[in-house]
Amino acid sequence: MAKTDLMRTSMYVGGTSPSKMIQAGFYNEDCIVYDLEDSVSVGEKDAARFLVYNAVRYQRPKDKYVLIRVNGIYSDELAEDLEAAVRARPDAIRIPKVEYADEVRRIDRKIAEIEAAAGLPVGGIELWCNIESYLGVLHAQEIATASPRIAALALGAEDFTASMMAQRTKAGWEIFYARNAILMACRAAGISAQDAVFSDLNDEEGLREDLQMARSLGFDGKTCVHPRQIDAVNRCFTPSEKEIHQAQRVLQALQDAERAHTGVCTLDGGMVDKPMELRARSVLAKAQAAGIKVGGDE
Amino acid sequence: MLVNSLGRELPERIGDYIVRPYTGPDAAPPSDAPVVTRRTAGHLLPGQSKLLPDLTAAILAAGLKDGMTISFHHSFREGDKIVGQVLTAIRALGIRHLRFAPSAVVNISEPSIVDFVRDGTIDRIEASGIRGQLGDAVIAGELEQPVILRTHGARPRAIEAGELQIDVAFIGASAADDYGNCTGCIGPNACGALGYSFVDAHHARCVVVITDNLVDYPCVPASISQQYVDYVVKVDQIGDPEMIGKGAARLTRKPRDLMIAERTVDLIAASRLFRDGFSFQTGASAIAIAATKYLADRMRARGVKASFALGGIPAAIIDMYDEGLVRAVECSQSFDAVAARAIADRPGVVEIDNADYANAYTKGGFLNREDFGVLGALEVDVDFNVNILTGSSGQMLGGLGGGPDVAGGAQISIVALPIIRGRTPSVVRRVFTLCTPGETVAAVVTDAGIALNPKHKNYEMLREDLEKTNLKLVTIEELRRIAEALTGVPKPIETTDRVVCIVEYRDGSVIDVIRELKK
Repeated sequence: MAKTDLMRTSMYVGGTSPSKMIQAGFYNEDCIVYDLEDSVSVGEKDAARFLVYNAVRYQRPKDKYVLIRVNGIYSDELAEDLEAAVRARPDAIRIPKVEYADEVRRIDRKIAEIEAAAGLPVGGIELWCNIESYLGVLHAQEIATASPRIAALALGAEDFTASMMAQRTKAGWEIFYARNAILMACRAAGISAQDAVFSDLNDEEGLREDLQMARSLGFDGKTCVHPRQIDAVNRCFTPSEKEIHQAQRVLQALQDAERAHTGVCTLDGGMVDKPMELRARSVLAKAQAAGIKVGGDE
Repeated sequence: MLVNSLGRELPERIGDYIVRPYTGPDAAPPSDAPVVTRRTAGHLLPGQSKLLPDLTAAILAAGLKDGMTISFHHSFREGDKIVGQVLTAIRALGIRHLRFAPSAVVNISEPSIVDFVRDGTIDRIEASGIRGQLGDAVIAGELEQPVILRTHGARPRAIEAGELQIDVAFIGASAADDYGNCTGCIGPNACGALGYSFVDAHHARCVVVITDNLVDYPCVPASISQQYVDYVVKVDQIGDPEMIGKGAARLTRKPRDLMIAERTVDLIAASRLFRDGFSFQTGASAIAIAATKYLADRMRARGVKASFALGGIPAAIIDMYDEGLVRAVECSQSFDAVAARAIADRPGVVEIDNADYANAYTKGGFLNREDFGVLGALEVDVDFNVNILTGSSGQMLGGLGGGPDVAGGAQISIVALPIIRGRTPSVVRRVFTLCTPGETVAAVVTDAGIALNPKHKNYEMLREDLEKTNLKLVTIEELRRIAEALTGVPKPIETTDRVVCIVEYRDGSVIDVIRELKK
């Protein structure tokens, strides 16, 4: 399966539009999410399943991480969605509105059964959990470790805000705690943290500010609902030239200190400690994954 | 049967047309023969008038007879009301078997040009492209004589070589005086540059200017001088202003087109030729307009200014001029009202003769000095050959326009197109109609990646420049594979042996023919 280490952007594409599904493969998003849930009307669920199965199984875009978002855990569609989704062999299945770890475990078992029946390696398909309510946020830590399949948690801000009886704002203080709770759960579990959709497609400045917040907090990527947002999101989660240069200097300083057998490494008058080294390595790894030619010995 | 250097099979003769096969983009040597003209010296005495009461009087005064050649420009586009009025007047006079040789055939519906073909008023057509109802009729074999299709640069060459001799040129102008000084830049039906009519005015045996806006003598500004004009006619309406600017592209919101446009500009900006004083042409398609916007952004960011923008000009280029990003706008056609007005309002926006824009066989040619040309296409094949005429079922969809000229002249010619359109692949094994030779195409930019042409003269330079970037380079073969994997391979279009269109290259050689579709 074509996979990428980058998960800067995951873009939803509706499961009922073959042309949009084909086109989505050509944009610059790292992860493509074929949707069977919200973008598909009740009467078209079976058609969408058929189209998405064929798109993923036979027209899978190269060099992208491919997901299928299934219908809700308690919906009538889920069983058939999972049958089709697993057999289509995506990289991951994205589950909406997860609130309890047990829900994840049940789906994990179901997927394993289908994998076995289809002759696929059991455990090969990963899971992304959308956290879209206060219950999901409260249980984020258990959800993040409920199955070894889990590769990411993603915040769903609109539903979360509704569950809190809060108002959605551009500044996003109503989701500030949820963002942090999910991030900490992801970091503790060693999985990817995905930020919520910014839904005003025409507000480029608002998107930039929202991204700035997400990046500063520590998210690895963001969900998009329109291709117009992809490049801005990718740019935000790709290390800048300045960051790459600084990371290279940090690693060089560490190397120089090791060669000189000095116990303490300094750079620009400050001490280079372990967190700085980890951050520098992470910056360079992300840059390389994004296709940026990083020089030096990394 | 002949085979040209691009592998196209051509008959040796098509009726009385003797085929000279294409042998290469620069293969035809310049001619030292004098330019052929039908223009007469003329002599008017003070007090004599050129103003005639109506079109019928002008047609009679011009001495139009059966079998002669008439010409028009296409700058009123879909809003043209001149071609229909003139042909109707000609038909009423019982004149038949004319050769209709406009710079391009515009789609007019009431009356339709097909009506004049069917009643025998017109029996030969030479143009840049034929679409719509007329295109359907031609490809279905309704015209006995094959249509000769020429690029914007090839038409003035053919005129000056004597291959296309115009008896009467009917030139629509949005303002004219009673002595024939005229322009397209002012008046209620302004269409902007009259670049296509210069060569007709210079070489036709008789020139009739038609306007609905007779202004006081002298008409200022004037694009075409009184010294070339025989008669002037005032009619009620020369065009529909709503439709003249129709098709003028607004900035697209389609993410696919925006992405292709951005990649096109990424390529331009990565080239070493993108430096102060560079020159470019983007065109008026949705992708082209978006590319113009992105190019302006990139020029601002890098502090780069262009010496000139060329060709058909949309408002987006005028914005760049106003901002100081472009020093001169060399305009052979104006795509919208803003661009049309700009020639009259701005000293650096200049109306140019279409021959000076695109004809490879003159002592000038702006295209020879152009760095980047962005081109649209219906399909491109694995040899980078481009089809801009025929669609997936063989129907006539486009015109040659200046595409083959731009590719032949510009340092870096970029074909920008989506990899599939609907259920049709745009990158194919072999284009149905070959219009632009692949050897003149530097790069193909699609949503699925950029393919550079290893056989292009500037390939090494471009490859070296692009390899320093993160742009996704793929082979043209890979693009074809991706396209056909999505759509399947279309069944070949079936044709008879009868040739209905001859596609001439810039030098007048035959690059391809279009055969009648099998019914």
